[in-house]
Amino acid sequence: MSEKDIIICRCNDVTQKEIEDLIDQGITDIEEIKRLTRIGMGPCQGRTCIPLVMRIIARKTGKKIEEIPVPATRVPTRPVPMGVLAGAMNNEE
Amino acid sequence: MKSEAKTVIIGGGIIGLAIAYNLAKMGEEDIVVLEKGYLGNGSTFRCGSGIRQQFGDEANIQMMKRSVELWSGLKEELGMDVEFRQTGYLFLLYDEEELESFKKNVALQNKFGVPSRIISPEDAKELVPPLNTEGIIGAAWNHTDGKANPFKAVFAYANAAKKLGVEIYEYTKAEDIKVENSEIKSVITDKGEIKTRRVINAANAWAKLLNAKLGIDIPIEPYKHQSVKTEPIKPGQIEPMVISFKHDGVYLTQEAEQGGIIGGYGLKYGPTYDITPTYEFLRGVSYRFTQIIPSLKYVNVIRIWGGYYAETPDGNAAIGKINEINEYYIAAGFSGHGFMLAPVVGEMMAELIVNGKTKKPLWFYDPYRFERGELRGKAIQMG
Repeated sequence: MSEKDIIICRCNDVTQKEIEDLIDQGITDIEEIKRLTRIGMGPCQGRTCIPLVMRIIARKTGKKIEEIPVPATRVPTRPVPMGVLAGAMNNEE
Repeated sequence: MKSEAKTVIIGGGIIGLAIAYNLAKMGEEDIVVLEKGYLGNGSTFRCGSGIRQQFGDEANIQMMKRSVELWSGLKEELGMDVEFRQTGYLFLLYDEEELESFKKNVALQNKFGVPSRIISPEDAKELVPPLNTEGIIGAAWNHTDGKANPFKAVFAYANAAKKLGVEIYEYTKAEDIKVENSEIKSVITDKGEIKTRRVINAANAWAKLLNAKLGIDIPIEPYKHQSVKTEPIKPGQIEPMVISFKHDGVYLTQEAEQGGIIGGYGLKYGPTYDITPTYEFLRGVSYRFTQIIPSLKYVNVIRIWGGYYAETPDGNAAIGKINEINEYYIAAGFSGHGFMLAPVVGEMMAELIVNGKTKKPLWFYDPYRFERGELRGKAIQMG
């Protein structure tokens, strides 16, 4: 299987090749890779893709995995329907 | 890192990068951009992505009309698709007073060639099929407004600037500016000193901290605003940016490529440098979104995040030359409009610096209007 066929981020369909191409262009900061490809910004909040991307960056740049910062996790960490959040407010007011 | 540069721009958001690109395009050489984090991390990457010409004053309308012309050609000019889409802005109007004031705005916008108009609730519903039209008596609509991808736009400007020789130093914090007898000598960073005679303060939320080092006081304060993003829904449901002042300045639109809903409302905290997202916002935004688009109650919220509106007392930026110090310029305090204004501000700042005058009304954003007490009419502040 080629890198073009390996999906790293299942939420946003990002392949291993797309990540490696960015690193080859000199974009090695995980925060920038995140925003250009939207890894870690889908419903799973990066549970699958972030560790994989960190390993790709480490392998291609020679950095240690501990030197790569983990991007912020955003509230709510699991998807919640708007109606639940809005309803909670209605009951209180 | 260079030890000397002709021009140092402080702030690697879209404003600083657009200025750098335009200066280089006009033939200026030896330009450095300093960014304390990664590009765009301050405010640009946190913004709501909207681009509109529906303002209530002549200057913002003319500036944004030019900006939209530039946005339309950015893909070709910068060599990267910034996902600019003219999907329009729709202001929902709920009473006669609102309708009258938007009629005036529309007339002014039309005078400058912006094709906005007042439409019926039924027309609004056609544009946004899941819209709740209850209570709506009309809407202000301009189909040439739109949105773009903040992430792509920042990289497009950065890459185009680099190709023209601009050097960009990320994770490099400008800590001080050395001045002697009103002449700039150098910029001190946490990575070393850069000798220069010209500095542009494009630090937006942090602009006042730099100004304070030089004894300059321009009222720009950072306020925390937040945005929300939902899971993707069927394409074409909410293409325009939909806005309602009756729901505390709520704005929402469906992202062009991703299909999720992005937006927020007027809730703000500050002045503060704390941008931790709040539960109050998460509930408040869900309540207001579902009032306007009831079916959004079935849609999952994926993330919320905080960012800054670097606000001035009249909600308009401070852009121009600082008189007390030679070759010190500011373009900051965008009050939530920095992303949409960036292409024209980049162009006008380069004109101001190279030619000493600009084609569009940059005077409107005069940094000295606050101390003279000449505040502008408060700009419509959202999206």
